[in-house]
Amino acid sequence: MSLSHAQRQKLLLIPIYIALTVAGIFTLIPFAWLVCAAFKTNADIFTSNFLPLGDGFLGVAWGRLTLVNFVRLFKELGIGVALTNSIFLSATSALLATFCCSLAGYALAKFRFAGRGLVTSLVLAALVVPGSLLMAPGYKLLYDLGLLNSFAGLILPGLTPAFGVFLFRQAMVNAVPATLIESARIDGAGEFRIFFTIVLPLVRPMIGAYLMITFLGTWNNFIGPQIVLQDPDSFPLSVAINQLRGLYGTDYGLIMSGTMVSIAPVLALFLLLQKEFIAGLTSGAVKG
Amino acid sequence: MSAPAARSAPASAAVVRRYRAEPVWVPWVFLAPFLLTFGVFLVWPLIQSVVMACQQTFGPKSTAWVGLANFSFLLQDPLFWKAVSNTALFAAGSVFLQLPVSLGLALLLNRPGLRGRTVFRLVFFAPSLVGLVFVGLLFSLIFAPRTGLVNSVLHDFFPAFDPEFPWLQIYVMPALILAALWLYAGFNMVYFLAALQGVPEELMEAAALDGAGPWHRFRHVVLPEILPVGTFVVLMSLLGSLQLFELPYILLIGAGPDNRGLTIVMYLYDNGFVTGDLGYASAVGWVLALLMGSFALGQRWLNKRQEES
Repeated sequence: MSLSHAQRQKLLLIPIYIALTVAGIFTLIPFAWLVCAAFKTNADIFTSNFLPLGDGFLGVAWGRLTLVNFVRLFKELGIGVALTNSIFLSATSALLATFCCSLAGYALAKFRFAGRGLVTSLVLAALVVPGSLLMAPGYKLLYDLGLLNSFAGLILPGLTPAFGVFLFRQAMVNAVPATLIESARIDGAGEFRIFFTIVLPLVRPMIGAYLMITFLGTWNNFIGPQIVLQDPDSFPLSVAINQLRGLYGTDYGLIMSGTMVSIAPVLALFLLLQKEFIAGLTSGAVKG
Repeated sequence: MSAPAARSAPASAAVVRRYRAEPVWVPWVFLAPFLLTFGVFLVWPLIQSVVMACQQTFGPKSTAWVGLANFSFLLQDPLFWKAVSNTALFAAGSVFLQLPVSLGLALLLNRPGLRGRTVFRLVFFAPSLVGLVFVGLLFSLIFAPRTGLVNSVLHDFFPAFDPEFPWLQIYVMPALILAALWLYAGFNMVYFLAALQGVPEELMEAAALDGAGPWHRFRHVVLPEILPVGTFVVLMSLLGSLQLFELPYILLIGAGPDNRGLTIVMYLYDNGFVTGDLGYASAVGWVLALLMGSFALGQRWLNKRQEES
């Protein structure tokens, strides 16, 4: 019995599906385990791996699942404050950085002026400075400026990352036709109006991607707030959850639900924006 | 109303005048936030760090000039070399384990006729959204004695396995590399996949017609095409590995047993922000920057050689 070419190709796909599925399961297991544990009492965490076994639907004791960990997190331990701080810091940083970087990228991509080459090389030079080199002198600078223990001390240094300027410059060189800008000027449109109504809509995917990148970066930043902030009421989730672990390290249900609260919002956001995000991520970095 | 021809002449003159006059100040206004933050939060701290690297400090206020003593102490400190070798080990793990896995996943996903590519890509990419802090926490729970996923599963399948086995006391580096594999494999895969999708279809078909098997097609057609992206991903992984801090710091709650999880940046952090010697931390920062710079230059040199050959 002989198979046609198309049939052979289909058969060859089967091991590939199997390999991908196995890899996918390994990728998802830590998430699944975390979510299960977050809804279990500590007693059930000790006796079951994923869901507590019993005689409910599918052999799972659904009735033993509990919200007690989340109630403790929000009612007793005030993790809501940290959640609010994380949302505020990430949203503010993302909006400001996206605005400032797109402005600077537009200037470098679409204006001819003396000094453009110099500023472009400054952007490239800033890209290669490692963040850890700036940790100690940056701390001293924030101290001198009186910005320690303030949100401004976290937001201002990241106002216009060179990486973002570079990404927007690359995106705008091709996506924004010079003739469009010129004709808008002839029609008498102001420069900021041109930027908001013509330039920004043309790089919408890049805006989505960069908002996401900076939001994620701020949300997941640990060392910054760990160094800059001292007042526990100002801690974002990254620092607060780690502190919680220091205090209640053996209360696994609590730590797991806290970790879940920290991860779930960004995963949800990503699912909403994933198409733009992955497109922006690769277009910025691979073409260069 | 005047004739159209008469109207258009002065209008186009105005265009020329406007076009020349308009944008002179504009780019500088648009660049102002970048230039300001660049000057204040990059150039100034960089200058400061040169000065500070030659000082011993106690907190941000009191300083003493020590010249190059920080560097000579650093180079003699066995703890620093421990941090360097740990970091190098982790970097090797990233490059030799993580990147082949990433490339493998990308090759599988790039197979023509495969369905569900978007879903698989989404699943593999998801871990890279989780911050290093949270990955550290998650894996410290996964490797925990008794309640941890690894131990309880192993104990279920092999009852002789000790459920109290302390992975994070014994297999420090493998645990770190495994956590990083989970975190970054899908991230790097996205880059490889984008590169693979850029390999011309005709080239593959021509090679297949010439009788090239899968390995030869990969070695002689695919690999040369994706090499630029490959070296970029290798460099990014190396530079990222050199800056490793949060993952071990959270996973091991510090440097781990016998400092086996100590990294260069953790060494910097401990000296600068726990001991409070910002000057010494600046010196460590410069040594790290030199290391990273030499890797980046090495990559450029390699790229040039590839282009010439």
